[in-house]
Amino acid sequence: MKVPIEFTLNGEKVRIEVEPNELLLNVLRDKLGVTSPKYVCGIGECGACTVLVDDEPVLSCLTLAVDVDGKEVVTAEGLAREGELSVVQKAFIEEAGVQCGYCTPGFVIMIDKLLRENPNPTEEEIRQYIRGNLCRCTGYVNIVKAALKAAEEFKARSAKVEKK
Amino acid sequence: MIVMAQTSIKPSRHNLYNTHIIPVSFEYFAPANLQEALELLDKYGADAKILAGGTDLLVKMKMRVVEPKYVINIKKLKELAYIKEEGNVVRIGALTKWRQLEKSDIIKKYFPALYDAVLVMAGTQIRNMATIGGNLCNASPAADSAPPLMVYEAKVVLASKDGEREVPITEFFTGPGRTVMKPNELLKEIVIPKPEEGTGSAFIKVTRTAMDLAKISAATALKVEDGKIKLVRIAIGSAAPTPVRCRKTEEALTGKPFTPELIRETVKMVQDEISPIDDVRSTAFYRKEVSKVIVEDALMISHERVIKGWFK
Repeated sequence: MKVPIEFTLNGEKVRIEVEPNELLLNVLRDKLGVTSPKYVCGIGECGACTVLVDDEPVLSCLTLAVDVDGKEVVTAEGLAREGELSVVQKAFIEEAGVQCGYCTPGFVIMIDKLLRENPNPTEEEIRQYIRGNLCRCTGYVNIVKAALKAAEEFKARSAKVEKK
Repeated sequence: MIVMAQTSIKPSRHNLYNTHIIPVSFEYFAPANLQEALELLDKYGADAKILAGGTDLLVKMKMRVVEPKYVINIKKLKELAYIKEEGNVVRIGALTKWRQLEKSDIIKKYFPALYDAVLVMAGTQIRNMATIGGNLCNASPAADSAPPLMVYEAKVVLASKDGEREVPITEFFTGPGRTVMKPNELLKEIVIPKPEEGTGSAFIKVTRTAMDLAKISAATALKVEDGKIKLVRIAIGSAAPTPVRCRKTEEALTGKPFTPELIRETVKMVQDEISPIDDVRSTAFYRKEVSKVIVEDALMISHERVIKGWFK
């Protein structure tokens, strides 16, 4: 029996009918064409399917699609504004935080949320926050560098705003 | 269309870990309040599963370990998500997420062992989804919340259509995946008495990676008065069919003068109070050897936290 659901996806209203046993990840990828969240382990160990639901990072491979009814979902696609990459996305490119790229959307979502929660994280805090994300290329050093660089950029921007 | 309702596919080496779908069809309910949830549970009982965080249930459903006919999603019951102080106890709603425990000053202040457990339980995303009630009801011997709650002598409140009852956490588990809960009961609340002044506590978990379940874990609480051990509680996880309290070791320690040597000698007893097995994560031999070490460490940390003060 299909269930109609309505939610906001990257700022746009989406109306869709889903089966109760459909996972959010599959609906995003197969039905809505949003492919940044990746299907990797499927059992909540790798973090590659991370999306923001009501601004909290959760695993879309362990979330029923019916569960996001009325909520706000943001994927890595939703971080870029008006065609411009977000600070975190740029930092990942500049610090070579991307190798094969499969884990990257999950990491970008996590770091973006971390910096909004804690604009001045230590390396330890960053590593603790992203402990649920695996990079099988083992590129963690550059990922953490990218996070630190993005934090600098965040600070510089807020300083500019204060000056004005 | 990716719904594969009622196929004959069973778990095998090939589909056990990466079924990209939930190969089970079920009827779905999302009750708006506790009363509705309890009525549904009363009606469907053993054929129904409660969905809270979903980080255990959905994995099991993907692997077809459980195939419920009815899924009752209780995420909308916001009234079951709270942490509040009430006189000598702290009450935690069953739907309280691990992330809320992590951010709670109450948990940090009164229950260091539980706070330790939160900091080593999975990653940020899982903590944002998983609930403390779900961790207990899943009844894994490796449940991270169980050993700390056991040393604090917490109680759980089980609700059903017919009323409520309180069960001490030490009597809650009956085996791997099994509890004393009746099919029509729902875990509603966890009640933890605040530890006596001067009690220190700690939790240690041994794992392979950050996201893994425990190979073995231990929680302790300790109160030393005038150089003598006035109160000691030890609980071990992942080393028996359920998390266990090591009461014989506790008895042997109580009343004795507190010295590191005494602790080291006496905690050797804990290996006889557990019955670990060989499995994918570890071996029985290793678990017995390490149980002594982590209980000793946890007791020393518990003691140190009273002397040096606890609050990071």
